[in-house]
Amino acid sequence: MALSPPVKRLKSRPITFTFELPTQKLREFWDGLEKGKVYASKCKKCGDLSFPPTADCSHCLNHEMEWVDIQGEGEIETFTQIVIRPASFQNHPTYTVAVAKMNAGVKVLAWLTTAKLGDVKVGAKVKLGAVKSEDGPSYGFTLVSSNSDQPPLK
Amino acid sequence: MRKVAIVGVGHSKFGDRRDVNLPELAFEAAKPAFEDANLATKDIDFLSVGTAGGWYEETLPAVVISEYLGLSGKGLMRCEAACASGSAAIATAHDTIASGQNDVAMAVGIEKMTEIDTPTAVELIGRAGYYTWEFHNFGVTFPGYYALHATAHMKRYGTKEEQLAKVAVKNHKYGSMNPNAHLQRIIKIEDVLSSRMVAWPLKLYDCCPMSDGAAAVILASEEKAKSITDSPIWIEAIGVSSDTANVSKRSGYTGLQATVTASQKAFKKANVEPDEFDIADVHDCFTIAELLAYEDLGFCKKGEAGRMIDEGQTEIGGKVPVNVDGGLKAKGHPIGATGTSMVVGLTRQLRKEGGNMQAPIKNGLALAHNVGGTGHYCYVTVLRS
Repeated sequence: MALSPPVKRLKSRPITFTFELPTQKLREFWDGLEKGKVYASKCKKCGDLSFPPTADCSHCLNHEMEWVDIQGEGEIETFTQIVIRPASFQNHPTYTVAVAKMNAGVKVLAWLTTAKLGDVKVGAKVKLGAVKSEDGPSYGFTLVSSNSDQPPLK
Repeated sequence: MRKVAIVGVGHSKFGDRRDVNLPELAFEAAKPAFEDANLATKDIDFLSVGTAGGWYEETLPAVVISEYLGLSGKGLMRCEAACASGSAAIATAHDTIASGQNDVAMAVGIEKMTEIDTPTAVELIGRAGYYTWEFHNFGVTFPGYYALHATAHMKRYGTKEEQLAKVAVKNHKYGSMNPNAHLQRIIKIEDVLSSRMVAWPLKLYDCCPMSDGAAAVILASEEKAKSITDSPIWIEAIGVSSDTANVSKRSGYTGLQATVTASQKAFKKANVEPDEFDIADVHDCFTIAELLAYEDLGFCKKGEAGRMIDEGQTEIGGKVPVNVDGGLKAKGHPIGATGTSMVVGLTRQLRKEGGNMQAPIKNGLALAHNVGGTGHYCYVTVLRS
């Protein structure tokens, strides 16, 4: 957007970052996605279940973990549809983000696909599964049924 | 711990400020603060600069600003607490005086958000959560995070889009009276409801603008303050809290736990109740955020914020006037400047220098509520005249 009246400015030297995220300590999780599993971490000492998974236990500071597949059903706790998208998502169509409480006992934030916004409701049942996308391994929800009393969204 | 007072305040014009660079913008806030306190640069022991950064060219903004303000050689720290960076700068300046380390300190809050394009700014703010788990694959935006809370609050308590819109209408009304506000246009409920969707159910007019701006506060020990001014404003308490980076690890979405915890800490230290405040600035980056704040701060019971805005209880003349400077929504939200700007505005209110935005001051108590991210940080500051 042009300023009125126009003001003089100097263009900076450009800078571009691409970070390389270490995934080594959570390789079971990332490898699991490739094999169709969605693992939460479970502390072998205190039993704390964490999703997203962690390599170290934030409850008892232990670092020995086991892996629990949390795929299956959950219930939508809240959701939104993101219309104005960030620079790196400009090529994606609008997407629906939901947070669901899984039957396994943890909450998951992920995209909800295969549903029109009008069919999505708080309280609706969703299924979590591993997803392969062009951006790499991921996970997402699909709608199972809508059994909420909330009227359809506009 | 020593008592700490605010002895000088200054504020730049908020808005699209591509007419000035970062230190020039800081200067616009710092100079009037020096003049307000009748102090010179030699009187300042320590400078804290609150800024999130990343959207402007300088990597060491505090150093650049310190040099420009003639404060090189003084104690210096950059403070980052996302959108609460300005409050973090005040808390740091406060603590350094309260501890006896310094006698007079300046806190500058500043941000320049318009030097980059909007999708990149949306990207940077969207990453202000947990990049790996919530942004990398799912591209959650800042409006998106608050939309998750709006959806949950509307479902649980029946809060209406019209009630969200009323927050925008109120704050635009007061913004139109504030010469430093970014948006100075009075709007109607229909304008909000018909504006373009950003993140369902939040629309464009439910969102604060991307702004540039700076605000500055000079703080002093009790002994120094009494020699500087006849009308010191005392920092009674600063309550600080935080929450998980992953929003999915929170217990619920109908409020911000960090606000509840930070305010309870602050109220306990200041020995005040939420109904004693004459005026409050709350963190209305989105309309839903202001309604959540009413409830989380204890201005009303859980689930009654919609009724509170319906009844006009947060207008001047109501139970507790909220954001009568226009709030983040209309005044603008230059991330790091916001917390400092709140304290500047509330200091003027407690001094009864609020002009046509002046709220009635009975108990001499004001509250600044500044959230970083989506309840990732929260600073609640209690001021007393």
